[in-house]
Amino acid sequence: MELFMKQLPIVVRSLNVGFLQTLKLFFVTLIGAFPLGLIIAFGSMSRFKPLSFFTRVIVWVFRGTPLMIQLLIIYYFPGLVLHNPIWGGGESGRFLAASVSFIVNYACYFSEIYRGGIQGVPVGQEEAGLVLGMTKSQIFFKVTFLQMIKRIIPPMSNEIITLVKDTSLARIIALQEIIWAGQAFMKGSQGISGAIWPLFFTAIYYLVCNGILTLLLGALEKKLDYFR
Amino acid sequence: MPILEVEHICKSFDRTEVLKDINFSLEKGQVLSIIGSSGSGKTTLLRCLNFLERPDRGVIRVDGKTLFDDSDPTTLSEGAVRKKRLHFGLVFQSFNLFPQYTALKNVMLARELLAKEQPDYKARKKEIQEEIQAQAKELLTQMSLADRMDNYPHQLSGGQCQRVAIARALAMEPDILCFDEPTSALDPELTGEVIKVMKELAKQKKTMVIVTHEMSFAREISDQVIFMDKGVVALSGKPDEVFDADHARIREFLGKYNQ
Repeated sequence: MELFMKQLPIVVRSLNVGFLQTLKLFFVTLIGAFPLGLIIAFGSMSRFKPLSFFTRVIVWVFRGTPLMIQLLIIYYFPGLVLHNPIWGGGESGRFLAASVSFIVNYACYFSEIYRGGIQGVPVGQEEAGLVLGMTKSQIFFKVTFLQMIKRIIPPMSNEIITLVKDTSLARIIALQEIIWAGQAFMKGSQGISGAIWPLFFTAIYYLVCNGILTLLLGALEKKLDYFR
Repeated sequence: MPILEVEHICKSFDRTEVLKDINFSLEKGQVLSIIGSSGSGKTTLLRCLNFLERPDRGVIRVDGKTLFDDSDPTTLSEGAVRKKRLHFGLVFQSFNLFPQYTALKNVMLARELLAKEQPDYKARKKEIQEEIQAQAKELLTQMSLADRMDNYPHQLSGGQCQRVAIARALAMEPDILCFDEPTSALDPELTGEVIKVMKELAKQKKTMVIVTHEMSFAREISDQVIFMDKGVVALSGKPDEVFDADHARIREFLGKYNQ
C-alpha cells in the first residue's frame, strides 16, 4: 500500500500526459471527420455514377479493413516503400499520420450515418422548399440539415464513444497516448517496472471521458426535442 | 388573355403514359378543379405545373410568357426553373411544413431567403425583415391563426397545419395557387376549416387549381372543372356541365361518391 501511494502520483502524471494526446487525437478526428463524412455522403448519393461508385469503393475499403492495419500502412508506406517519409519524424509525425488515418476511417463510418439521416427526411420537405423557390443548398442548410442532425444523434453517439476507445490503436505506430503511457510502467519507466495496475487504471480515464460525452450528447438530443 | 395556358402536356414514367396530350387554359381570378379517380394523372399534372416533374412534351405559359416548352432548351435549365416556380404555389396533401420552425417562421423563411438576393438587402435589412414579418402575420391572421403563430407544426391540428401551409404558399404571391388534395389527410371536421379558407380565397379572386375528391366543394367553388380519366381530359367545362353530363365514365365515377 505504501508502495502504491508512492507510485500513484508518478503514474497519474504520466497517464495525464498520455491522455492529453488521446484527447487531441479524438478532437482532431472529430473536427476532420464531421465535414469530410458529409462530403463522402454526398459523393455516394451523387447521381453521377462514376463518383458514387468511387466513393462507395473508398468506404468499402476503409470499413472493410482493420483501422490498425490502416495506421501501419499510412504511417510506414510513404517512407519504407516510396522512400519519401512525408510524415516527418518523432511524435509530431506519428500524430499527423494517426490523425489522417483516423479522420479518413471515421469519415467513412460517419458518411453512412449522414446518408441514412438525409434519406430519412421525407422527400416532401425538399419539394416544399423547391416550390417556394429555394435553391438546393438553401434547402439542405435551412430545411434538411437540422432534421438530419436530430435523426443521427443516437448512431453518432455510438461512433463518438467508440472513437474515444479506438484512439488507443494509435500506439501501434508508437503514438504516446494513454495506453502507451500505462504500458511503459510494465517495461520499466521512472523507477517503476513490472507494474500492470497503471494499465488497469487507464480505464477510469476512458470511463469518465465517455460519461461526460454521454451527458453532453444526451443534452443535445434533448435540446432538439422541441420539434418532431 | 388567359393567365394559364397548358398545351399538349405528355408525361411518362418508364413506359407508363401518365399524361397524354393535356390541354386547358384558365382565366385570371378563376378556380379550376381537377377531379378523377386515383391514378388518372391529376397529381402528376399539378406537379408538372410546379416543375416537380418535367413534362416530356408540351408548353406551359403564364400571362403569355412561355415558362416551359420542350422544343426550347433555354426554358429547361435547372436555374431557369427555380424562378419560374414562383409563378405557382403548391399546397400539399401532407402539408410538408418545416417541423423545426414555428408557424410564423414557416411562412417567412422562403421570403427571407429570396430577399437576401436583392441588391439593396444589406442596406435595408431591418426594414425588409419587418415587411416580411408583417406580411406573414397578416396572412396567418387571415387564416384565423393569429394565436398560433409561435407554435411548432407538431403542436397544431391537421387543419391548422394546412392553413399554415396555405399562408406559406400565399406569402410568395404566386399568380396561381395549386392544391393537391388539400383535405385528404383530414377528418371531416378539419376539412371544413380548410374548405372555408379556400372559399374565402376564391371570393378574393385568387386564381386556383385544385385537385380534390370533395365533389360538392368542387362543384360549388369552381368556375371550370376538368374530369381526368386514364391520363386524358375526358370532360371539361362549367361545373354543371361536367357534373350533370350524360357521359358514361363520369356517371360511373360520381356514382361511387353517392353510394
